[in-house]
Amino acid sequence: MSSHIWLIILFPLLGFLINGLLGRWMPRKLAAWVACLSIFASFAVSASIFLEFLALPPAERILDLDIFPWIVSGDLQVYFGLRIDALSLVMCLIVTGVGFLIHVYSAGYMHHDPGFVRYFTYLNLFVFMMLLLVTGNNLLVMFVGWEGVGLCSYLLIGFWYEKDSAANAGKKAFIVNRIGDFGFLLGIFLLFVSLGDLGVWTLKFSEIAPHATLLDPAVVTWITLLFFVGAVGKSAQIPLYTWLPDAMEGPTPVSSLIHAATMVTAGVYMIVRLNFLYSLAPDTMFVIALVGVLTAFFAASIGIAQNDIKKVLAYSTISQLGFMFVAVGVGAYAAGIFHLMTHAFFKGLLFLGAGSVIHAMSGEQDIQNMGGLRKKLPITYVTFLIACLAIAGIPGLSGFFSKDEILWKAFSAPQGHTIIWLLAAITAAMTAFYMFRLLFTTFHGQCRASEEVKHHIHESPRLMTIPLMILGFLSLVGGYVGIPHVLGGENRFEKFLSPLLAPQKQLAASGWDISFISQAWAATTASPHETALEIALMALSVLLAAAGIFLAYHLYLRRPGLSSDIAARYSGLHRLIENKYFVDEIYDRIFVQGVLRLGRFCARFVDEGVIERFVNGTGSTMNALGGLVRRVQAGYVQGYAFGIIAGAIVLLAYMTLRPLY
Amino acid sequence: MLQDIPPHLYFLLSGILFTIGAIGAITRRNAIIVFLCIELMLNAVNITFITAGNLYNSLDGAIFVFFIMTVAAVEAAVGLAIFIMLFRLKDTINVDEINLLKG
Repeated sequence: MSSHIWLIILFPLLGFLINGLLGRWMPRKLAAWVACLSIFASFAVSASIFLEFLALPPAERILDLDIFPWIVSGDLQVYFGLRIDALSLVMCLIVTGVGFLIHVYSAGYMHHDPGFVRYFTYLNLFVFMMLLLVTGNNLLVMFVGWEGVGLCSYLLIGFWYEKDSAANAGKKAFIVNRIGDFGFLLGIFLLFVSLGDLGVWTLKFSEIAPHATLLDPAVVTWITLLFFVGAVGKSAQIPLYTWLPDAMEGPTPVSSLIHAATMVTAGVYMIVRLNFLYSLAPDTMFVIALVGVLTAFFAASIGIAQNDIKKVLAYSTISQLGFMFVAVGVGAYAAGIFHLMTHAFFKGLLFLGAGSVIHAMSGEQDIQNMGGLRKKLPITYVTFLIACLAIAGIPGLSGFFSKDEILWKAFSAPQGHTIIWLLAAITAAMTAFYMFRLLFTTFHGQCRASEEVKHHIHESPRLMTIPLMILGFLSLVGGYVGIPHVLGGENRFEKFLSPLLAPQKQLAASGWDISFISQAWAATTASPHETALEIALMALSVLLAAAGIFLAYHLYLRRPGLSSDIAARYSGLHRLIENKYFVDEIYDRIFVQGVLRLGRFCARFVDEGVIERFVNGTGSTMNALGGLVRRVQAGYVQGYAFGIIAGAIVLLAYMTLRPLY
Repeated sequence: MLQDIPPHLYFLLSGILFTIGAIGAITRRNAIIVFLCIELMLNAVNITFITAGNLYNSLDGAIFVFFIMTVAAVEAAVGLAIFIMLFRLKDTINVDEINLLKG
């Protein structure tokens, strides 16, 4: 069975090669079919493995396959190998499942684009790289995927490369990600070297895990922090989040697939994959939870005052990623992955819905020029509403289960803290507010578009609405795989992942041993007092979400003028938020201008002043020396003769006068 | 009679002639005079060879002299031809004005 797991990554690669090499001679329709089918085939393989897994006892749900030796150098032996277990399988299902829907959607959305085939080539390459990232069985294969998705992100953000802003946004994403990747690489090196000191030269997850406890705790803290720097870059957390809002320059389905559902969650995946290390580093966990909750809060507050439909969603994505980091930061890895999954459903759906709106509005993205689209785009409206309810955390929808799990864990887990819970809960209310602000301004009220645009508004073709409906369905029911115990469920999702997750500070020495599951379960079996508390907190967060929705309703539907009044009254604060706290400007002033200044300094002083002077100096010194020597060669034969004779005399004098010994 | 003159006087004569020739070759400006000075140096060397050959009862010195005289004759022919060509080219045989080799 384990021999066919490589099929998962093979199909997208084939799709990429076919479209990339032969695409220009193929009809567009065929290229779209190739791209979509390759992802679907990959999804089918993942699903079949999933079914096989369900039939197996939890401990045997691991397929580890070394395909060929890749780097063999002394003690370093890296195989190109894949690993399918509960965690990577969940990721595979998300990537291929949501990816497939977005591929289908793209076939409709990009229909008129001249770069149609190129688009699908990149998209297939992206899925291949993403699958490599989640299925790699060692850190280097993971790193290849990690860099590969970064490359595809760059290519697709700058897809419309004739546009300056798109090309710049692509560069920004790539460069900011380099900072994170630098940390990731250093983390790999440090882990490899410190394990090597213990005599274990390996980068394989399954071999690192049993030896993780042997490492010096301080070193583990450094390793995990360095890995977290990589996650901060890829998953757009403070302080490296600025690339994600700019990444909205890419086509909307790309924002949906890469910058909401899959790639940006790679950081969360990586931390959960390495949870056996993180569980040994409580300091790092605290940093992660702190960065996560601050990012969630900060990004949500920016999202409140944005007017570009995609920018609102981008900040919302950053904020939700912050939630996931809170989860993994307090040791609730399963909750983080759970939220990752539901987020992939509803945020993917929100972006696709936004794409449908933009499509209908002839490219308009400013929500101030929208309104009243409810009747003209009924399917988009209903699915968008479902996604908004899900992200706001209305009971019964997917987002409710995953977000509440995180909030509860932030409150109750040993690593959690009331402050973290409080900030996260406020953020959840803000999320409900800005999402419904977006919904109300876009779909309700009067249409504020120009007559010409209004004339063209139409519901998207079926190719686009069917993925919307499927994702809408998933957003509705996706949470039921993880109903918490307190609501009478058994949190099957967490149970599915639990063989891979280390409970806090009690990692079994044998690594993947499952004996600790029972302990973990014992810990989660709540006392009646805790049950009451959990239900109370749940009710509170639902109330907060409802309050956020009501506030949005009040400000943007019932009293439309009120919001601008408030904005005018607190104009300073409003300007601060509307301009994203001027973070981009500050970064530009400090880092971009700083680097440019350093560059200019190097050009002027180091290059011109030192290097150029040195090079030119060599030449001119030789020239001057030559000028001196040149005088001897005056061209007067008599001068030469004099030289010869004088030389002869000197020689003679030396021979005659030298001491005879 | 010649045998009565001590050899070191011959060497002295040779040295004086050579020095006169060398100084003349370096200092004079007229190419022909320079040329004559070179001939003078050659002949000073000839005297040395003859004297030394005589001193050691060897004919080698005399053989060298024959060669030198031959070469000197050839040199005179070539040298004078060069001067004629130079004069045609530059209208002078003043060596100060002939500095085509200047680097």
